[in-house]
Amino acid sequence: MEDLSQFPLELDGADRPMVSFRKVTKRYGSLTVLDNLDLDVAEGEMVSIIGPSGSGKTTVLRMLMLERIQGGVIYVDGQPLTHEVRDGALVPASERYLRRAREPIGMCFQHFNLFPHMTALQNCMEGPVQVLGLSRQEARARSEELLDMVGLIDKKDQHPSRLSGGQQQRVAIARALAMRPKVMLLDEVTSALDPEVIGEVTEVIRKLVREHRLTIMMVTHQMGFAADISDRVCFFYGGRIEEQGPPSELFGNPQKDRTRQFLSAVKSAD
Amino acid sequence: MFDWKWDFAFEILPRLGWATLNTLMAAGGGYAIAIVLGLVLALAQRTPLRLLTFVVREFVEFIRSTPLVLQIFFVFYVAPQFGIRLSPWTSGMIAIGLHYAAYLSEVYRGGIESVPKGQWEACRSLSMSTRDTYVRVIIPQALPPALAGMGNYLVGIFKDTPMLSVIGVAELMHAANAIGSEHYRFLEPYTLVGLIFLAISLPSAALIRVFETWVRKKLGLS
Amino acid sequence: MSYWEFLAEHGGRFLDGTLITAGQFFLSAALAIAIALVAGLMKLSDNALIRTPAVVYIEIFRGTSLLVQLYWIFFVLPLFGITLEKFTAGFVAVGMNLGAYGAELVRGGIQSVPKGQWEAAYALSMSPARRMWRIILPQALVNMLPPWGNLLIELLKGTALVSLISVADLMFEAKQINGSTFLSAQAFGTALIIYYIFARLIVTPFMRWLETVMARKIGKA
Repeated sequence: MEDLSQFPLELDGADRPMVSFRKVTKRYGSLTVLDNLDLDVAEGEMVSIIGPSGSGKTTVLRMLMLERIQGGVIYVDGQPLTHEVRDGALVPASERYLRRAREPIGMCFQHFNLFPHMTALQNCMEGPVQVLGLSRQEARARSEELLDMVGLIDKKDQHPSRLSGGQQQRVAIARALAMRPKVMLLDEVTSALDPEVIGEVTEVIRKLVREHRLTIMMVTHQMGFAADISDRVCFFYGGRIEEQGPPSELFGNPQKDRTRQFLSAVKSAD
Repeated sequence: MFDWKWDFAFEILPRLGWATLNTLMAAGGGYAIAIVLGLVLALAQRTPLRLLTFVVREFVEFIRSTPLVLQIFFVFYVAPQFGIRLSPWTSGMIAIGLHYAAYLSEVYRGGIESVPKGQWEACRSLSMSTRDTYVRVIIPQALPPALAGMGNYLVGIFKDTPMLSVIGVAELMHAANAIGSEHYRFLEPYTLVGLIFLAISLPSAALIRVFETWVRKKLGLS
Repeated sequence: MSYWEFLAEHGGRFLDGTLITAGQFFLSAALAIAIALVAGLMKLSDNALIRTPAVVYIEIFRGTSLLVQLYWIFFVLPLFGITLEKFTAGFVAVGMNLGAYGAELVRGGIQSVPKGQWEAAYALSMSPARRMWRIILPQALVNMLPPWGNLLIELLKGTALVSLISVADLMFEAKQINGSTFLSAQAFGTALIIYYIFARLIVTPFMRWLETVMARKIGKA
């Protein structure tokens, strides 16, 4: 058993990070995917996560949303996410606590995962009505506004099967935003898209960064896009952060060999 | 348990044991008919003769959507009307064999249709005969997906044999009915019959799964 | 006696029997669907206390014959103080038998819903009950409708066995008419045709219609 008393019960102070990983370890069976990860993301920061497949980059996001960890603690907005405080000590979070603690986090997936039996509007209203308990009118107003923002208000009554991949991903972004998240996780949101529609999705993400000051963590293969809009880029290798920094430095003047190898391999593949 | 009499249960067990053998024979006999007849029904739907396909298709549908117990009565009582006397065993085997042949023909059909079109085209490009195409290429690939269905229907035919009791085939249910009315006790015979069915069908189902994986491995398909 | 004279004389009885068969069919179908849903969901539970009863029920009812179950419910259950009237015993046995098969369809249908759907519902912080009811089940339902069509045909055929505990269904009437007239081909043949019509012209088309309606609702068609 690891000693949880080394971790604070909560993070406070005005400059506390929005998301904080402290010595986080994730294993699948005997395979260690993330090893003692420390990573802080400030409020309003846009962090891109890059790296070869198998480097653990997608796992970073999945731990915030979908999976349990084997060591360390994750904090979101100052509160522990993976653990809850009971009798003045941290204990592994119950399902119920997790569900509540994850409410301020929104996520978009590589394969959109829109609900096929609901229209675009219904997809966006589902969370606000069922989880946040908003009235249908409120949820509808909020959803229509967001669908308008992603440029799909005229498609609101279409089912996902009638929408292109780019349109589906924009609906998925609107659906996640409808929960008014403080943190957005974008998991390879353009990887399953045809090249000609990638632009419409990156345009929406740019808008988010510019206008909404959301805290965003994005796993991506699009180096140009990451360089363009990120405040910071983290290069993952072998379950840890090999190198991180502002995009101009990481892309312009990488310090580590592995970073250079990866970047040149990606460049030659383009 | 309530009124359960162990001595009575043990007394009737040998008789039920013999009846179990009859049940297994009925299931085996019916299945043998079904396997062969099912193939005929499946292949008859793959000839270029549109009319034949249509007739066989409707016949299979008819058999599949009407009750087996009624078909058993039909065969048993209607044949004598046309001057053919059939023993309960013979009519039972015909009815249950035919019923499951209809099901198996669908299983075969599904198996054959699961083989990609490209396999037929490859055979044609090699100028293989129809027979070689089926025997050497199609059936080996159609078999594994069909095996699960074939196994299920083997257990299925076993579980349907009690219906043969209605025309006097001396299988398990028939024996249990007889014991019940002789002794005015139904708890032990019916419960034992249920347990015997469980004791045979559950391990068989498991064995069939094992066999299935074995064949798949053997054919290098998984 | 021509077949038409035969029908004119016994048509009423065939009709009576058909109505009883229809009643058995609808009641046992309703029971089977309800049981399948509950047992199928229970079997997917992580909790062994919830899962085990469902597994035992499914294995027992799929591992033995419907006829054995019917006789057991009708002749043996009264010894335990539960006496069911024959009509009730009939549809209860058929419903419980096919419900066990249906439970496997429900389980398979739920498992066929892509993992991403579970994750998306999770990402919206939906509670397990809401996630199942609003996101997973509607999609599972569409996936499992075709096999349910086959199951309902099996259920219809299963109802013929209730004649063996003297419920006056179509099968029972056919047997009675055969016993009094010795016109076996006409008696049993007519019953076969009625079952066929019921299955092919009512049950199957209804399920097809339901499939298209549901597919449209889910936005697939």
